[in-house]
Amino acid sequence: MKKRRGIKKNANMNGWLFSTPAMVLIGIFMVYPILWSFWMSFHKTRGGKSEFTGFDNITRLFGDPVFLKALSNTVLFFSIQVPIMLFFAIIIASVLNKQQLWGRSFFRTAIFLPIVTSLVAYSILFKSMFSIDGVVNNFLLDIYVISEPLPWLTDPFLAKTLIIIAITWRWMGYNMIFYLSAMQNIDPSIYEAARIDGISRWRQLISITIPMLKPVILFTSITSTIGTMQLFDEVVNITAGGPSNSTLTLSMYIYNLTFKFMPNIGYASTVSYVIVFLVVIFALLQFRFAKEEK
Amino acid sequence: MKMLMNKKNLSTIFTYLFLLLATLISIFPFYWMLVGATNESVDIILGKATIGNALMNNVQKFFEQVDVPLIFWNSAKISIISTVLTLLISSVAGYGFEMFRSRAREVIYNGMLLSLMIPFAALMIPLFITMAKFGIVNTHAAVIIPTIASAFIIFYFRQSTKAFPSELRDAAKVDGLKEWQIFIFIYVPVMKSTFAAALIIVFMATWNSYLWPLIVLQSNEVKTITLVISSLASGYSPDFGVIMVGTILATIPTIIIFFLMQRQFVQGMLGSVK
Repeated sequence: MKKRRGIKKNANMNGWLFSTPAMVLIGIFMVYPILWSFWMSFHKTRGGKSEFTGFDNITRLFGDPVFLKALSNTVLFFSIQVPIMLFFAIIIASVLNKQQLWGRSFFRTAIFLPIVTSLVAYSILFKSMFSIDGVVNNFLLDIYVISEPLPWLTDPFLAKTLIIIAITWRWMGYNMIFYLSAMQNIDPSIYEAARIDGISRWRQLISITIPMLKPVILFTSITSTIGTMQLFDEVVNITAGGPSNSTLTLSMYIYNLTFKFMPNIGYASTVSYVIVFLVVIFALLQFRFAKEEK
Repeated sequence: MKMLMNKKNLSTIFTYLFLLLATLISIFPFYWMLVGATNESVDIILGKATIGNALMNNVQKFFEQVDVPLIFWNSAKISIISTVLTLLISSVAGYGFEMFRSRAREVIYNGMLLSLMIPFAALMIPLFITMAKFGIVNTHAAVIIPTIASAFIIFYFRQSTKAFPSELRDAAKVDGLKEWQIFIFIYVPVMKSTFAAALIIVFMATWNSYLWPLIVLQSNEVKTITLVISSLASGYSPDFGVIMVGTILATIPTIIIFFLMQRQFVQGMLGSVK
């Protein structure tokens, strides 16, 4: 009995020994900063001095047209881009999920390949491809989809579209791999039975595959949404937030507030808490949604 | 019957056309990058998609404008040190959380998982001030230190540790091995593929990272290749031919790792969902 307690105590000691370095680092570089920026969001900080201003920063948000623009852009980006991307990812995964498909691993690797590019590198590639006389416009003119070159980088609507196209290109294959692997865990006899009953492939996708993929769909939509909410690299490197802030995101606005304009760290922290708020609300909503459907 | 065959053939053709289109779209930017490096900036802007003869000129200009070996070394150094430290700290923690459970640590662990939802934007200002207080802004240490305890990688190691056979650990204990010896001599070799997957995830993330290095690295001699190509491309008339050479150089390491370790890469990605 005594010895057993000794082992238990020993295990507890080892537990602390193994996990302490990570906990200390996370405490310093994660917990402390997030609490600190919470504190700062109620202060006005200029030139090293901070002064408690209560809810001033929060009221300021509602009267700040640039913030409202960045917020609506960010919401627009994730609410449009994430569903489009996941839709294509599911379709492609279900097409690739045929064992007898010729060249299956080639297609899979090719579609997955964009994941190797750095966000900055691919952004620059897209910027050069979508220039006004660039290769994409040339191609679209050649196949008569458009009759004059589209100003991808200078038109607010097209610039947003371009950002959505770019992110979808980079992350679609990544999400596709999750679906593909989940689909391979579905018992093939279910499809066999469906086929015998004369159920179309499209119907099979809607009523068998998608319901069985629900946990993975939830996972990918949460990670993609959180990623898109923090969108920064692409907008900085493709459009620099322009034209006239039409692709400015919250992350980019925070960066500008802190490092480009006259630094107002307190207000920037308040804006950053808007992202925290969005992420938390959104994750909760999705969990709720997934639970109810069950 | 014949009509049925035709319908089937048609759908097969349609499937392949669809896949081919998806493949073309996925691969074209890579082709564009390679071809772009052989063209002059004017031609790139005008959408020339065939091989040109400006490659040597672009390479030469890139090496003139940028101290390539230094910048490449900066990126490599940051990525390698970050990767090694992250794997070390996170694998030890993942092992610790899984093998020795206590109620207190479970609470901490769950709190840590919650921190996965915290956007970096909400951390960067206090982190920057902290680095300034440490006096290490504009050094590589400032890039590395905040990233080495990754909640995600700890989570990944803990999940994978569930598959570690406990008989091995028990046997080692009978043989009188201490816990840290079990970790180094048994756990690490057995979990090789988990380490490989984590290595890829962390290396790619640090090699490609942009926002945090952009904030803390300010002078040219400490910048990474990602920062350099971004600043080359941000002017009013960027020289795209030269930049393409840079993007190729920035992509080579990750593409090599991808093709050498594709299986571990995919396993690592998926392993985190289980």
